[in-house]
Amino acid sequence: MSGFDKVVTSYAEALDGLEDNMTIIAGGFGLCGIPENLIKEIKRRGTKGLTIASNNAGTDGNGLGLLLEDRQIKKMISSYVGENALFEAQMMSGELEVELTPQGTLAEKMRAGGAGIPAFYTATGYGTPVGEGKEVREFNGRHYILEEALQGDFSIAKAWKADRCGNLMFRKTARNFNPMAITAGKISVVEVEEIVEIGELDPDEIHLPGIYVNRLIKGTFEKPIEQRTVRSA
Amino acid sequence: MALTRDQLAQRVAQEFKDGYYVNLGIGIPTLAANFIPDDMQVMLQSENGLLGMGPFPLDEEVDADLINAGKQTVTMAEGASLFSSAESFAMIRGGHVDLTVLGAFEVDCQGNIASYMIPGKLIKGMGGAMDLVAGADNIIVTMTHASKSGDSKLLSKCTLPLTGKGCIKRVLTDLALLDIEDGKFILRERAPGVSVDEIAKLTSGELVIPEHVPEMVF
Repeated sequence: MSGFDKVVTSYAEALDGLEDNMTIIAGGFGLCGIPENLIKEIKRRGTKGLTIASNNAGTDGNGLGLLLEDRQIKKMISSYVGENALFEAQMMSGELEVELTPQGTLAEKMRAGGAGIPAFYTATGYGTPVGEGKEVREFNGRHYILEEALQGDFSIAKAWKADRCGNLMFRKTARNFNPMAITAGKISVVEVEEIVEIGELDPDEIHLPGIYVNRLIKGTFEKPIEQRTVRSA
Repeated sequence: MALTRDQLAQRVAQEFKDGYYVNLGIGIPTLAANFIPDDMQVMLQSENGLLGMGPFPLDEEVDADLINAGKQTVTMAEGASLFSSAESFAMIRGGHVDLTVLGAFEVDCQGNIASYMIPGKLIKGMGGAMDLVAGADNIIVTMTHASKSGDSKLLSKCTLPLTGKGCIKRVLTDLALLDIEDGKFILRERAPGVSVDEIAKLTSGELVIPEHVPEMVF
């Protein structure tokens, strides 16, 4: 690595410094746009006691579901955790802590974490279990709760295309939580399908500037589909 | 007769207006997309980050990078746009979506809604439902009026943990269309062949019955 060149050549190097009990912010929605190879590398490293903020927790055998197999996750911060039998079992037995967070609040907590905003008020969750114990303020006759930003020791994410200095383009709905997750990690690691030379991307078409990206790696992806739904011709 | 799933979806679609941006929840709300009138343009928002959702893909069109909020493969309609989840919920929270339709376990006559959690049973999470009910002004809740054993789901006070407080103004059940005003349910329409008495019997929260309650027309 030199200058603005963020490219690393091995997944081991990509996650160098990841230790037990760290917090990771992860991109992806369901199994769409998940950093599948970085997750596999965390499994290979055997890092334990992790707190992971991610909208979902994968499925049995896919995505973050892989890290449940060896009980590597201590706590999940997610909006929806269905579709995963192992997750249910560990949650019900109390080995896995879960902080259910509304989807939009989760996205905004990551965005705020990356944007230097320590907390924000939102109407989402007021008067519900999510609002319990949180500061309430009234603005223009409406109640809002204070939600704190999220930051991670690492963030792991997936983009479609990058140049070597980490300018990123995402593809379709695989963008989802990825841009915010990347900004919220002290060390952000992004895997992509294609890396081009600096200057090859049109600056107007970059979705996330490389300033947020620390390490970049090119991977190959399985892209599993959770609900393959088709219409007939 | 109680409305079928398709009739519920059809009645929801009658609330669409030309030029509306609409977020449809998983289940019956999603079916409403099948009943958008041909002479009307409605753009569907999928909260994972797509505005302008099209129909399910043909087998050869399936793209793992293009899914809806229910994680189903979809396509994009003409004029679609793509964005991050933060942008998506900015649209929702900021009140830019014209109509939101979602399901529920219970609603009450204070406009409270419970839709994401049954204590003691499996907890799957609220997904985007809390943001949607807090952000939208125009919401229709679709649900069954009562449980199979005849217990009302339209209550004076929700018994389950809330998804949102005081945010619901319109409920469409398999038996009736009701508004919520000043702490009361107002019966607006009944399903074809369903009597006002039958609806009243299965509504546990305070119910106002106007002199004339028309049958729904399909």
